[in-house]
Amino acid sequence: METMQRRLRESPVITSVVSVLLGMLVGAIMMIAAGYNPIQAYQALFMSAFLMPYDIGETIRTISPLILTGLAVGLAFRTGLFNIGVEGQFIIGQLAAVIVALKMDLPPVLHAVVAVLAGALGGALWAFLPGLLKATRGVHEVITTIMMNFIALYLANTLVRNWLSQGADSTETIPESASLRWDLLSQAFGNSRIHFGIFIALATALFMYYLLWKTTLGFELRAVGLNPHASEYAGMSVKRNLIMSMMISGLFAGLGGASELLGTSGYLAIHGSHTGIGFDGIAVALLGANSPLGIVFAAVLFGVLTYGGPVMQFEANVPTEVIRVVFAAIIFFVAANVVRWMMSKFGNKAVKKSD
Amino acid sequence: MNVVEMKGITKRFPGIVANDNIHLTVKEGEIHALLGENGAGKSTLMNVLFGLYQPDEGEIRIKGNKVEITGPNMANELGIGMVHQHFMLVDPFTVTENIILGEEPTKNGLIDKAKAEEEVRSISERYGLRVDPKAKIRDISVGMQQRVEILKTLYRGADILIFDEPTAVLSPQEIDELIQIMRNLVKEGKTIIFITHKLKEIMRICNAVTIIRRGKYVDRVEVNETDENQLASMMVGREVSFAVDKEEAKPDRTVLSIKDLHVLNSRKMEAVKGLDLDVRAGEIVGIAGVDGNGQTELLEAITGLRKVQSGSIQLNEQEISNLKPRSVTKKGVGHIPEDRHRRGLVLDFSVSENMVLQTYYQPPFSKVFNMNYKNVDQYAQKLVQEFDVRTPDIYTPSRALSGGNQQKAIIAREVDRDPDLLIAAQPTRGLDVGAIEFIHKRLIEQRDKGKAVLLMSLELEEVLKLSDRIAVIYEGTIVGWVDPANTSEEEVGLLMAGRKPGMEVKQ
Repeated sequence: METMQRRLRESPVITSVVSVLLGMLVGAIMMIAAGYNPIQAYQALFMSAFLMPYDIGETIRTISPLILTGLAVGLAFRTGLFNIGVEGQFIIGQLAAVIVALKMDLPPVLHAVVAVLAGALGGALWAFLPGLLKATRGVHEVITTIMMNFIALYLANTLVRNWLSQGADSTETIPESASLRWDLLSQAFGNSRIHFGIFIALATALFMYYLLWKTTLGFELRAVGLNPHASEYAGMSVKRNLIMSMMISGLFAGLGGASELLGTSGYLAIHGSHTGIGFDGIAVALLGANSPLGIVFAAVLFGVLTYGGPVMQFEANVPTEVIRVVFAAIIFFVAANVVRWMMSKFGNKAVKKSD
Repeated sequence: MNVVEMKGITKRFPGIVANDNIHLTVKEGEIHALLGENGAGKSTLMNVLFGLYQPDEGEIRIKGNKVEITGPNMANELGIGMVHQHFMLVDPFTVTENIILGEEPTKNGLIDKAKAEEEVRSISERYGLRVDPKAKIRDISVGMQQRVEILKTLYRGADILIFDEPTAVLSPQEIDELIQIMRNLVKEGKTIIFITHKLKEIMRICNAVTIIRRGKYVDRVEVNETDENQLASMMVGREVSFAVDKEEAKPDRTVLSIKDLHVLNSRKMEAVKGLDLDVRAGEIVGIAGVDGNGQTELLEAITGLRKVQSGSIQLNEQEISNLKPRSVTKKGVGHIPEDRHRRGLVLDFSVSENMVLQTYYQPPFSKVFNMNYKNVDQYAQKLVQEFDVRTPDIYTPSRALSGGNQQKAIIAREVDRDPDLLIAAQPTRGLDVGAIEFIHKRLIEQRDKGKAVLLMSLELEEVLKLSDRIAVIYEGTIVGWVDPANTSEEEVGLLMAGRKPGMEVKQ
């Protein structure tokens, strides 16, 4: 019984679930303060995602890239690295995918596969440099990856304007052969933009689990993440594992970018600022406690909230920005581990009462 | 008068009772030892006294008054000071700055540095605690740092001082100095609680001793009415043998041969300066020396963790200098590292995963890319049983094990790989008598199986007891070889301090 209690107290699941509820409570208080009806708002928010097949399809579409960027951040975290560059690797994934889609002429299916792989490779290579700098020169990855995000953004913008289009703000739409959409799937979900990306995302989650807990490479990655000194002592190459970890993380991010481009938008436009999907991955990984399954669930929640936001605005008149406040509050509660603190307070009282 | 009275203290944590009805009575002006094995509950009891934990039951009286100590600040007000085992100092700050931290004397809203330095100087003179108030913490020795910790408590007006295993990090000479300091403190009217599991030190300086075992109170005895053997059996709960049973060594061919080795330390200064050393099969060679004389760098160089500048290291007549750690391991070197938490274990890995830290990629633990955790677990189960590693199960994180059991796990892993050379660095640091006995037996067992054992320990007694030959290291070179059968702690101590044998001791 006592071990049960301890397990529960330490379980990230409880932390995450309670943090979500607390975050929504903060959102509700804000809504009341601003004169909105939180019950109506949350009802609209959650119902919207599940009522119609179209909405379900669109929600799943929103979830897919979040799973991939969440996995990217989570895998790096497992190895003791804070990859803030998921955003940039995501953009490079999009860029590489759109280049293959527009510049190569391949038969259907194969074209899409090559484009996805190009995106994954692009992301991995983009993460290679920060990994290399960290391993050989000790440059902190947070600094380098933030910088790489900007390079990625403006590189993509420049290439879109000067090479992939004739001075336009976006590329042409990719040919059907490279698309990740599948009519049957779209039709099943009320002609929504749902695409193969969700399968790529779920397969990647499985892959991450397999990699970390079933392979020798995963054994090394986890060991290096938890204690680089002991790993060095045990004969593992800390440098190699650092670089590997960054590249696999970038690969996941690149997959996210490629599948988002090939499935959702179909073209790459010039962006004034970052998409935010990569940064949301940090929140997803944190809420999902860096475990593949947790990340999938966290991405589902964030996807539902993101997609439901505008509906909430439409039906309950609540500004969609409230959703970002809820996000922030959830992350605050997870990061500060408020739940553990509350439980220790509550737990102590319970013990005293039983005396 | 009784300065400290703790009666029936009980402290429970989820799943364990760390202190179960423990009593502690300390008289004014005495040095009172709190003796117990690791995990016996000494630290918990002291944390209760220092206000870090609240007891579930029991009462505390300080100088006769019943008190409820709600936090370290309250403990300070009551005159209780703690000298922590792991120093709580700010490295880039000066001695004075560290001492006044949190209680700075001010003048017009600014720190009054002159006054602070003056005060530190006067306290240090009064108690014979020689320190330079202007030196930076990172530039002074461990022994000096400990004095700063003591000064911190005195500056705050403590008259009951808790010393948490203060000798664990000190060289024999520094220990002598600390003991002198403790005597001065008592002379000036202070009372000292001395947490330890070293019986010799208790016999040497303490007046009384309270023994606890597995969270329970055993007894309180006057030191002049007891002896080491009695204390040991009270602490462990059974008879312990201090003498190490070992046959005469039968050394064979040379396994490790080091010639003119030069190695840099982390600050790029030469730490090992032209060192020669050899270890033969079937013998234990002990390296004696004061901490910081190149021992760490030497062992790291042998095991491939540190670059060799010049010179040669040969294992079984093959050059191994500047090989990668994995290659050194494969050539037949086992290594019980100095710092088991930093190097020896991935603390958040399970016991099982830690057992294959070097061999995880080899069959039967892996097949191509995949781990075979079934075989890993089977192997771990076998080792845990053979080496008596006490753990709830092999899936428990190593962090949850006691220090002794963590060390047993490391030894199991290193010995079972059957290396030709076994390097044991500080193998019993911080361990209790029972675990030390076990580990010493295992090391001798390896020797008798014909392995070469290189032992590095800062405990001179341990080196003298286990080694067949002793190499004394001083400033990066071996300054002398001694035969443990025909030497004394004094002779080795002098060599360790850099004096040549036969030299007159000049004042």
